Amino acid sequence: MEEQRIAYIDLTTGEIRKELIPEKMRKMYLGGRGIDVYLLYNHLTLGTDPLGPENVLTVSAGLLGGTLAPSSGRCHIGAKSPLTGLIGSSNMGGFFAPELRFAGFDHLVIKGKAEKPVYLWIRDGEIQIRDAAHLWGKDTSDTPAIIRRDHHDEDIKVMCIGVAGENLVRFANVLGGLKNAGGRTGMGCVMGSKKLKAIAVRGTQDLAVRYPEEALGCLERLTGLIRDNMIFQVLSKLGTPMFHADSNQLGRLRNRNLQRNQVPDGESLYADKLEKFSIGMAACFGCPVHCRHRYVVPEGSDQGSYVEGPEWSTLAALGTELDIGRMEAVLVGNNLVNKYGIDSLEFGSMVSWAIELYEKGIIDDEVTGGLKLEWGNEQVMYEMVHKIAKREGLGDILAEGPLRAIEKLGEESRYYNLHCKGMSCLHTDERATPAMALGIATSTRGADHLRSRPGPDALLLPQETRDNLFGFAVPPKVTSYEGSGKLIQWYELLYTVSDALGVCKFQALFLSPSTVSYDDYCQLTRCITGLELSPSEMMEAGERIYTLERMFNNREGAGRRDDTLPERYFVEPTPLGIRSFKDKTIDRERFEQQLDEYYEAHGWDNEGIPKPETLERLGLDKEPSHII
Amino acid sequence: MKKMLMVDHSKCTGCRLCEIVCSVKKNGAVNPTRARITVIKWEPICVETPMLCQQCDSAPCIAVCPVKALARDEEIGRVAIDYDLCIGCKFCVAACPFGAMGIDPVARQVIKCDLCDGDPTCVKFCETKALQYVDASTVNITKMREAAGKLSELLRKSAA
Repeated sequence: MEEQRIAYIDLTTGEIRKELIPEKMRKMYLGGRGIDVYLLYNHLTLGTDPLGPENVLTVSAGLLGGTLAPSSGRCHIGAKSPLTGLIGSSNMGGFFAPELRFAGFDHLVIKGKAEKPVYLWIRDGEIQIRDAAHLWGKDTSDTPAIIRRDHHDEDIKVMCIGVAGENLVRFANVLGGLKNAGGRTGMGCVMGSKKLKAIAVRGTQDLAVRYPEEALGCLERLTGLIRDNMIFQVLSKLGTPMFHADSNQLGRLRNRNLQRNQVPDGESLYADKLEKFSIGMAACFGCPVHCRHRYVVPEGSDQGSYVEGPEWSTLAALGTELDIGRMEAVLVGNNLVNKYGIDSLEFGSMVSWAIELYEKGIIDDEVTGGLKLEWGNEQVMYEMVHKIAKREGLGDILAEGPLRAIEKLGEESRYYNLHCKGMSCLHTDERATPAMALGIATSTRGADHLRSRPGPDALLLPQETRDNLFGFAVPPKVTSYEGSGKLIQWYELLYTVSDALGVCKFQALFLSPSTVSYDDYCQLTRCITGLELSPSEMMEAGERIYTLERMFNNREGAGRRDDTLPERYFVEPTPLGIRSFKDKTIDRERFEQQLDEYYEAHGWDNEGIPKPETLERLGLDKEPSHII
Repeated sequence: MKKMLMVDHSKCTGCRLCEIVCSVKKNGAVNPTRARITVIKWEPICVETPMLCQQCDSAPCIAVCPVKALARDEEIGRVAIDYDLCIGCKFCVAACPFGAMGIDPVARQVIKCDLCDGDPTCVKFCETKALQYVDASTVNITKMREAAGKLSELLRKSAA
């Protein structure tokens, strides 16, 4: 293993300490999200105030970050979440994590709180805490530009917060590029609470490769595999918006806060409509797929600016969710949320909730400050971005996120808020797809598809092929309940491993059955780092990491009752869609059976608490063990 | 000169895989600052341009080398460095109009693209074919064909 370090940075005292990462920790937790959760579990205690100086922010590169693994640019950011009060965990693409490794660090552990705004300047093993008075108040595109200008270096990589993070919007995100966002669980809010505006990094050091020729050969084979795969060929052209048409046609989209699951005339937001605005596709570090759109802002005050996005989730959050069908409006909105540093998914869901409350008379003009909240109104969307980021009026309430906003807007509002564990649901409708519904309910970070989303196309393969692929009996259909507990557990481990290796999960078994496998990850790990791990050991590392995340949540008091779905999923049937997606609710009893099956697959008891023998098997029985 | 490394800047997605594989091929470690190819970026305006030695016919680096350590290698179509002769004066670094002559701080020597002796590693990994190793005599034919296609389409439209 090469000599990569963890840096412990205390913003209160200014103390900075650097330590090597023991090889034992690598084998157990790999890196990225794995070492992250170990650090969080060990450096935090029950009841820590997420916005207090005692909260810990971790910024991590994966075990294979910045190397010859395909798309190894992912950066993981963790803390106790100000949104959920549970594990905060966010993952972004781009170029930040590799640069951090080139500067000699794999993990930053940031504690304390600065007296006045600061940023971290990291260059080749040196870390400085610098004054950020001139950056405070700047948006997420100006901030990196100013830092680069100050240091006379265009190649500095920056992750920063916008005004939303400064104002402690609980779902403020971290931007690592024009649109590369550590979007979920409010990590930008934690940075804001520490008065940490940005982290800027530049590295020129070697990252050792144990067996260079073999690693090059392995990468050549894998990039060939990806390049020849039709799914990736389409993704390279359309980006994630490619999923929009398919989801709408099936009836799997969230529209008007789940009042509908399809937009009958939704074609105006299909991926091909983006082509008119796209000026080309961009790639993250070392990625042959390049799934990011680039476009020129078509109208409004930023007209003419070059920006990136939107991802499918943002397209749905700012478009179909709010019943806005004009692509130009979504593009303007996407640029706005990114510049302020707001999680677009959380934003779309909270605003959609407010519009329905207004529609139903649960909130009135007094609460909205006279703003007529209505579906399909672009001005309402823009106005709410400004209000949330600046915490004005209704925006101040929505900026608190689901749990606290429900308290403020009253008991009657509770039913209409769509969240799991305090983080808003996505802009898809899972009422007809029980496995995916289970996945958002069990996710350790709250409602989220990127913790366990089963590869949908894999589910359409012949049953025998699928059973062989997974090594166990998978649900017969995408609409089945049976077998989904094990399937979700299997996917949770896979995505945990990709987040810990620091690679993009799109190239794991996310979209296509013929892509990078556990065997390939093991080969890459061996020839890049020299660490010998078998596929089952790697899977077990995933299990260890996921279980420790679960233990973090359990320590905060979460349990089975938190692994649930919004009430609406159980009682209101889907009104639209193809036959197998129409008139569907999640059956409560069968959901509970799925949950039992899921806990059993994980080796957790009926309350979702890991059994003693599971802890022992995974080497978690002595946590917190305070090794690093 | 049979083949040449052709760069189509408009096709670059900025993934930097070329830098990564180049640095591993040459040094056995990932380090873009020691690679022989660099993707120059202006993030705010979404511009990426791979920069590397153009293997000039009338090369400024050869002209300024006081010890004749640089010379054209016609077989591979490149400007080659003879490290046995090189004294490390870095005149070539100053003279190159593209900044393509670099310095490897670890090996303490000047570095440039050597086309991997006729089998460039970066080309193998470039998904969009922004980098291509092509027959020099027909280097323009693909572009010409694309342009001709557009032209004939326009002619057909105007006739309709």
